This record gives sequence, structure tokens and C-alpha cells, in this order.
Amino acid sequence: MRPYISLLRVRFLNGLQYRAAALGGLTTQFFWGIMLVFIYKAFYGDAASSNGFSYKDIVTFVWLQQAFLSFIFLYDWDSELLDMITTGSISYELCRPVNIYQVWYVKLLSKRLSRGILRFAPVIVLGFLMPRPYNLSLPESPVSFLLFLITLFLGLFLLVAISMLIYISIFITMSPIGSVGLFGIIGEFFAGMTIPVPLMPSWLQNVCMVLPFRWTADFPLRIYSGNIGISEALTGIAVQLFWIIILVLAGAFSMKRITRLSVVQGG
Amino acid sequence: MKLYAKYIYFLLKSQLQYKASFIMTVITQFIQPFALFAGIYLLFERFGNIQGWTLYEVFMCYAVVAMCFAISECFARGFDKFPDMIRTASFDRILVRPRGTILQVLGAGFDIKRIGAFIQSGVVLVIAISGVDITWDFTKIIMLINMILGGTVIFTGVYILQATAAFWTIEALEVANIFTHGIKEHASYPLNIYPKWITVFFTFIIPYGTVNYIPLQYLLGKIDGTGWFYALVPLMGSLFILPCLLAWKIGVRKYSSAGS
Repeated sequence: MRPYISLLRVRFLNGLQYRAAALGGLTTQFFWGIMLVFIYKAFYGDAASSNGFSYKDIVTFVWLQQAFLSFIFLYDWDSELLDMITTGSISYELCRPVNIYQVWYVKLLSKRLSRGILRFAPVIVLGFLMPRPYNLSLPESPVSFLLFLITLFLGLFLLVAISMLIYISIFITMSPIGSVGLFGIIGEFFAGMTIPVPLMPSWLQNVCMVLPFRWTADFPLRIYSGNIGISEALTGIAVQLFWIIILVLAGAFSMKRITRLSVVQGG
Repeated sequence: MKLYAKYIYFLLKSQLQYKASFIMTVITQFIQPFALFAGIYLLFERFGNIQGWTLYEVFMCYAVVAMCFAISECFARGFDKFPDMIRTASFDRILVRPRGTILQVLGAGFDIKRIGAFIQSGVVLVIAISGVDITWDFTKIIMLINMILGGTVIFTGVYILQATAAFWTIEALEVANIFTHGIKEHASYPLNIYPKWITVFFTFIIPYGTVNYIPLQYLLGKIDGTGWFYALVPLMGSLFILPCLLAWKIGVRKYSSAGS
């Protein structure tokens, strides 16, 4: 366990160096947030609520989504890992006396952690400072805030597990754009990142419920505003844990198989 | 012009070498916008309309911008990659050649893979046109063509500006994505849903409103007026490229090499 923890620490500190990129990123996120709350305002018009999802809920959802994007956004282009797979330098990685699944998992996790930590606070503050009704509101209750934090982090672990499966699939497709782009877009949609899950028709909501994606974004974000109640949140945590275990096991297993079978690219 | 055609020919040839990767990328490019597209569709299913604009009218807004974006990404890709040229100082090589800098940077990156996004926007445009009630005449067809031309020019202008910034920053300016990808996403909706200052900004500063919102109002019969005037509005918007080119010229003059 020791090497992984120190890897996490080093990577995390390394990620914190990219402050200029973070500034650019959070400006973009803030702009995105503003445009989205205006678009939803235009859709809602004077109606306060649609399908049990109020305008206040959606504004909160948008700001949290933008603030914690690095924790919930599936699309992730890690050129270091991608190059390793497509150029063949993965063979060096395989020689190291560590488990490659765990190393990559830690790499992806620490990148998201450092990005998220650098970027979330300013967006949250700006969200609070927006004029009504475009502003981020306080959490429903201290308990829902606590549950929001727990589920957000469990969601992050789950997201990285999904991300790992996407990277593993590149061994088969050999097309980073195809794997990351295609699976990324499908995953984002069913995570409620394109439009929030409660605004989808009910058949689509049912599809979302059985897939792992919504547990990474839709679920934690709606707990904050109280749109998902406390008892439902507690059962949800069990579902999150279930998915994390399943997907991590599936990923570790297929990684082991595929690295044994794979042909190293490049010379 | 002949030289540019040659540039494109060679880039095309090289990109088509990797067939599987090419096909995969095109498919991804084709499918990717469908998430946004599906999102818009589902929101309309839930809410009916947005400030009096119906689903197909908004599709029209979306399709025009998406098409312009795809075309300009295909041709102006070189400007997107330009910060790398500055950083590695390969721009020096361009400066010593006896041809214009714009032409050479354009020629450095032609990205045929955008054809996936282009086809997708074309499909949406056809769906949108069949869904709205327009009595087509000559003026209106010219108007639509002008909208697409104007929008492509404006996006290219933004790319040039973004690249120009690299003369000063030496690195890619991520913030500029707000005006390329951001516009593509948010211009899907008519400008009147936004507060006044945003409308003004996107009409007079980065005038993409002139290529979809303003002419579409006429095209969709939301306002009366002289057809020819609205047909010319997108061309006025494309004047945006002039200050961009000027900025580029200033940037080139200011350029000092970063490499060794």
C-alpha cells in the first residue's frame, strides 16, 4: 500500500503546480455555468418546478456540476497513459514491481483530486455571489451536506474505476479518440451531465438507474439540494459501493488478462 | 490558392493513411454532437418551447452554428495548433518562406476528420428545414448560404485571435475555448433567451448573432422586413475577420523566436 500512497501524494502535489491552467479552466466553468442557468431559466419560464425538479434545484445542480467538474466529468484525456498504450512504452511500466492497475488508478485519481481542489472553491464562491434566482443556494441541511460530500467522493472512486475500463478498452480498439470520446459521451449522457436525469422521460430515467454512470454525478449533486432525500441517499451509498467493487474487480481482472495477451506496439 | 490546394491534397493523403483510426474518429465526431442534440430534444419534450421558439426552430439555430464550426475546424485547424508552432519555434521556418503567413498556417492543418461533425450538422439542418414552415425563394436561399459562410468566417476569426494571443503568451490560451466551443454549445439557442448584455456582446463584439439569430428571425417569419437586408447581415458579421487579421499582422511583427 505504501508505494501507492506516496505516488498519490507526489502526483497530487505535482498537479497543484498547474495554477495557470486552473485559472483558465475555472473561468471556462464559470462562463458555462452562467450560460446554463440562463438557458434553463428560459425553459422554465415562470414555472417553479418540472417533474419534481425545481428551478432552484437545477441552478444548484449546475453550479455544483461546474465547480466539481474534475470529480464527475467522465471524459478524461490523459496523454501520458494514452501514449504508453499506443507507443508501446507500456512495456517498461509492466516491468515495475507494482500492480499496473493500481498504479494507473492512483494516477488518474490524483490528477482529478488536484484539479478539483484547485478549481472548485472560486466557482462555488462566484455561484453564491450571483444575483437571485441564478445563485447557488445553501445545502438543504447539515446532514444532506455531509451525505453530499461522502457520495461525491465515492462517486469519484467509481468514476475512476469506469475511466480505467475505458483505458483498458483502448488495448482492444487501439483508437484513443474512439474509446475515450465515444464511451465518454455515452457515459456523460447517462450520468445526467448533458441534461439532469429528472428532466429526462421516465423510460430514459430507468435506463440511467441501472447503469453505473448516474451514481457518479447525478446522485451526489441532487443530495446537496435535498432533491434526493436522506433515506434514499443512504441506500444509494450501498449501490455506489456495490458498483465500485464490481468495476474495480472487473478492471483489475481484465487488465491482468489483456496485458498478458497484448502485443506491444512500436519498436 | 493553387498552393493551398496542394497543402490540402497532401494533408488529406496523410490523414487517410490510417484507415481504421480515421473511420473511428469520423464516427465519434458524428455521434458526439448527438448527446447535445438529444439533450435539446429532451428538454423540448419536457418544456414544449423556449421563449416562443419551437424545437425545429432551435434545431435550425443549432445546425447553422454547428455546420460553421465544423467547416472552420476543418480548415482553420492550423491556427488551433499554432501555439505549438510558437513554442517549438517552427514558426521561424514559415517566416523565411516567400509566402503569406496566414496561408502557411492554414495549410499546416487541414482536418478532414471533421467531416463527421459536418455531416451530422447537415442531417440536423435537413431535419430542421423539413420541420419549419418556410416558403423558400431566391433571397432566402442566398440568406441561408450567407449564414453558413458568415459563421465560418467568424469562427475562423476567433481561431486567428486565439492563435494571435500565443504571440504574447507562448502557450495555448484555454480561456479562448469559451468563444469557440462555448459559442457552439450555447448558440444552439436563440439569443433572445439571454440577458441583454450577452445579446449585445454576441451581436457587436463576436457577432455570431448575425449568422443565426438575426437572419433566422426573418427566415422563420418572426419579424417583417426587407429580405435582402437580412440576407446581407451575415456578411456584415463576417467583417469581424478584419480586426482579427490586423491583430495577427501586429502579432507577427512583434514575434520574437522562442526556440534556439
